[in-house]
Parts: sequence; C-alpha cells; structure tokens
Amino acid sequence: MAGFLQQLINGLSLGSIYALIALGYTMVYGIILLINFAHGDILMVGAYIAFYAVVYLKLNIWWAFIIAMAGSSLLGIIIERVAYKPLRNAPRLAALITAIGMSLFLENGGLMVLGSNLRSYPRGLIENNNLTISLLGLDVTVTTLQLLILLITIAMMIFLQYIVRYTKTGKAMRAVSYDKDAARLMGINVDNTISFTFAIGSAFASVAGILLGLYYNTIQPLMGLMPGLKAFVAAVIGGIGSIPGAMVGGFALGIFETMVAGYWSSKLRDPIVFLLLILILLIKPAGLLGKNDTEKV
Amino acid sequence: MKKMRISKKNLIALAGALAIYFLVSGLLSLGMISKFQEINLMLLGINIILAVSLNLIVGVTGQLALGHAGFMAIGAYVSAIFTMYLDKPFLLAIILGALAAALAGIIIGLPTLRLKGDYLAIATLGFGEIIRGITINIDYIGGAAGMIGIPRQTNWPYLFVMVVFTIVVIVNFLNSTHGRACVAIRENEIAAETMGINTTYYKVLAFAMGAFFAGIGGALYAHYFYLIQPTTFTFLRSFDILVMVVLGGLGSMTGSIIAAAGITIVNAALQDLAVLRMVIYAVLLIVVMVFRPQGLMGTKEFTLNRWVKKRGEVSESAGN
Repeated sequence: MAGFLQQLINGLSLGSIYALIALGYTMVYGIILLINFAHGDILMVGAYIAFYAVVYLKLNIWWAFIIAMAGSSLLGIIIERVAYKPLRNAPRLAALITAIGMSLFLENGGLMVLGSNLRSYPRGLIENNNLTISLLGLDVTVTTLQLLILLITIAMMIFLQYIVRYTKTGKAMRAVSYDKDAARLMGINVDNTISFTFAIGSAFASVAGILLGLYYNTIQPLMGLMPGLKAFVAAVIGGIGSIPGAMVGGFALGIFETMVAGYWSSKLRDPIVFLLLILILLIKPAGLLGKNDTEKV
Repeated sequence: MKKMRISKKNLIALAGALAIYFLVSGLLSLGMISKFQEINLMLLGINIILAVSLNLIVGVTGQLALGHAGFMAIGAYVSAIFTMYLDKPFLLAIILGALAAALAGIIIGLPTLRLKGDYLAIATLGFGEIIRGITINIDYIGGAAGMIGIPRQTNWPYLFVMVVFTIVVIVNFLNSTHGRACVAIRENEIAAETMGINTTYYKVLAFAMGAFFAGIGGALYAHYFYLIQPTTFTFLRSFDILVMVVLGGLGSMTGSIIAAAGITIVNAALQDLAVLRMVIYAVLLIVVMVFRPQGLMGTKEFTLNRWVKKRGEVSESAGN
C-alpha cells in the first residue's frame, strides 16, 4: 500500500507536467482547431533558455522561469504569425503539415545550434530534499522538487482559470474559439487574441520544460518529442479544446503511466498508454470532458 | 461485360514504364549507378508505394490516418520472419506480409474509423505506436534490437514490379465504382450515406488496401536494408509519408509520386549536410505549405490524355 501511494505521488508529479503541456495544446486547438505539433519543441526551447540564463547569466531559478516564459511566448507568437496565420483559411491538413514542419525545424535547429549532448541544470539550483511524510498512516517519500512541481502546476492552473474566466482577454479568447466571425463583428481583435493564446500556451510549455529538465536532470534538443506527444494524448483523453479536460487528462495519464511502469512493465508503458487512449476514444469519442457535437445535415 | 480495350493511352503508359525499367536495368548492369544512388533508388520506389497507398486513405477517402509506419512495420516484420526464419520464397513473404498488414488495417479500421478528423488521426497514431511497442516486447523478432541479417532480396525488378502493381491497382480502384464511393465519402460523408453508400465498408476497404500496400513497402524495405528495428517505424516515419501525400496534393496520385520522388531526391542531395539537411527540409516544407497549401498538384492528375488527345480539361473538380 505504501508502494501504491508512492507511485501515486510520482504519477502526480509527472501528470502535472503533462497537464501543463496539454493546456497549451488544448487552448491552441480550441481557438484555431490546429494540432500544434511544435508545442513539444517550444518546451525544449524554454528549458534551454532557462539553462543558459542559469549557467551564463548566473540568474537564480525564478528569474530563469520568467525569462524562459517570456522567450517562449515570443517564440510562440512568431511561429503563429509566420507559419500558421497564412494558413488560417487553407485546408486543415496543410496547417497540420506546417506544424509538423515547424516541429522538425525546431528539433533539428536545436540539434544544430545546441548540439546533441545531454546537459543538466547545475546542482543545487533547487533544494531537493527527501521528505518523509505519513499519509493514511503510511510513510512515503516526497522530494521537495515533486512538491514544487505540483505547487507550480496548481498555481498556474488557477492563474489560467482566472485569465480565461475573469479577464477581458479571456472573454475574447472564449468568444473567438466559439465563433471567430461573430467575435470579429463584436470588435474583438481576433489576430491578437490568437497570438495571446499562443503566448500563454508557450509560456506554460516552457515552465513544463524546465520542470521536466529538473525532474529527469537532463535536457536535450529532442526532449520535447515524447512528452509533447503524451501531453497531446492527455489533451485528447480529457477532451481536446477543454481546459479542465487537459488538466484531468494530464493527471490521469501521468498516474496511469507511472502505475503501468511500476506494477507491470516499463517496456509496455507506451503501448498501454496508447491503448487506453483508443479505448477512451471509442467509448467517449470526444474525450472525458469534451463536448460531443451532433452533426447537423 | 465491358470489352477490354487497350487504348492508345494505355499503350503509351506501358511503353513509358518499360522504357524506365530497361533504362535503369541497363544503367545498373553497366555499373553506372553508384551504391549510394542505388540505395536512394530503392528508397524512392518504396516511398512511392507508401505515399500512393496513404493517399488512398487520406487523400481519396479523406480519413486522416497517422499510423502508416505501423502497417509498414507489420509488412516488414512478417515478411522477414518468413524469409529469415522459415526460408520461404521472397514473393510469398511479401504477399503474406502485405496480407498481415491488411488484416491489421481491418482490425484497426473497424473500431477507429467511427472517429472523425483529428480524433481519428490521434487514434491511428496511437495504433502505430502500439504496433511498434508490441515489436519491442516480442523477443522472437529481436525485441528492441530488431531483426538483423535479413537476406537482401529486394532488387530493381522486384521493386519496379511492386511500384507498378501498386499504382495500377490503386489508380484502377479510383476509377471504379468503389473509388467513386470513397471520393464521395471524402466530399461529404452524410450525403454519401444518404445516397446508399455503405460508408463503413468503403472506409475500412480503403484502409485495408492502404495497409496492404504499406505492408509491401515494409517488406521491400526490410529485404533491402538487412535490418529492421522498432525505431525504424516511429510516428515520424508516418509523418514523412503524410508529408509526401500532402505536398503532392491530396487525392492526386501523380502528385504523390512526384512528391515522394522529389523528397527522396532532395534528401539524398542534401545528405552531406547532416543536421542542416533536416533544417532545410523543414523550412522547405513550411514554405511550400504556406505558399501552396493545396499541394503541388492540388487534386489534379497529370494524365496522358492531355498529351494524346486534347479532350478539354480532364481535371476533376473537388468542390470546396
């Protein structure tokens, strides 16, 4: 039972990271119906910005977070303006291919500029102690890093909910995702709203990137590939386009994955994750919290 | 019964195919094609098979599938088992590999083709990864290390025959009632259903056919490159094939062929640039998509009709 709780805690921290990435996917999808395959690579860029900020500019981790968020937001906006905006009225597959192209560009550009060697954040960047806490009378070990990951994720989710629900920009985002043309008629600047969505999504991704780098103690140019795909799966499981869905999906996927690896086989982890995805899609085709649109003829 | 008629058009196509075949055979036997060029020639043929077969699913039937590498993996592994472990002839191995892939296509297609658009895309991507994950976990086929030492039996005649076979079957399928039904599903699934088309049947049929030819592509691949590994068939390879299809133009078979050939040649030409090659490739991809989102050929076909007889425009209007 202590083992189970331990796995649950590990799953929660991994799930938090997935949830942060999934939020970006789901927001972009919700607003322009595009699977932004480059999202996982923005995460990588964020992790590297933080790395350079810490190693060369000797900043502390909090400044690194802020700089990485700013840098990735800018990158997200540029990507949207350069690659996706011209394709807004083009066939959707063309936009999808462009997103794949953007992802390849960032990965290979990263390999070229940054080299393929693994790097890690300097030791002692974040105090990482093992805390033994007792839950339900059982002792489990939690690292301070895991707690930090969970806290940052929850804080960012609350922040996002605040933006989306209670600010004018958030209202504009919801309006644009509901009906772009009607939103434009109401005087909403659709382009800026879409840019803002990319900026927030990318900022979230960069935070996830740094947390991933701290959690696994390595960063490398292809680090965004698998977490990006998994987070996308999480977004689909939760119901793509739905913000609470991305959170639920992220946590669910993280916990499920850790349990499979812990109790069964780490080699079977990925196939089983995808099997779960397919089962959920077959039972609830729009995901757990997605809206199931009925098609009108 | 309709009388089989060999038109002038078919004769020209046949003559063209034979000319290409003998030209390359001649060059090969004269040793004028280097090893490096030969590898890329094989890749070119395999890529054409994969692109044309994926185009049947994505371009013609309009079902966005991202699991083509999975079907390719099944063809590769099954055929390799038959030649390497069971000493069966290559042709039989190709057929069995392709049939296994088609069977997987049916099994995967039946439940998932109920999904639409991006959900179908992610489900098929998931299936591709599941197939890959299964290959990692079976020790009989080498697990994560893969199968090494597969006899090299793919050669120019095999490759050529398979490429032509793929193109002929798929193009004829397109021009048949079944092909029209598939196009109808792409254009409007509900309208197609209203017209009495069994949409599930045709979607699964297109899926199984696409998987069948992807299996052939995989078998050819395995028997040229000696070794196959689970990492050969990641979703990135599915993306590669999808890129060829979209770049060529959805639904345009000639477009797929041109794009598959073009991408293979560009890749080969930039080989020396290492990582920079992929960066250039990515930039090209984005630029082409931004400036020509409908792909190089759109939905048009490059047909011999235009050259043989001027019978007005032969393009199909695809609506939308």
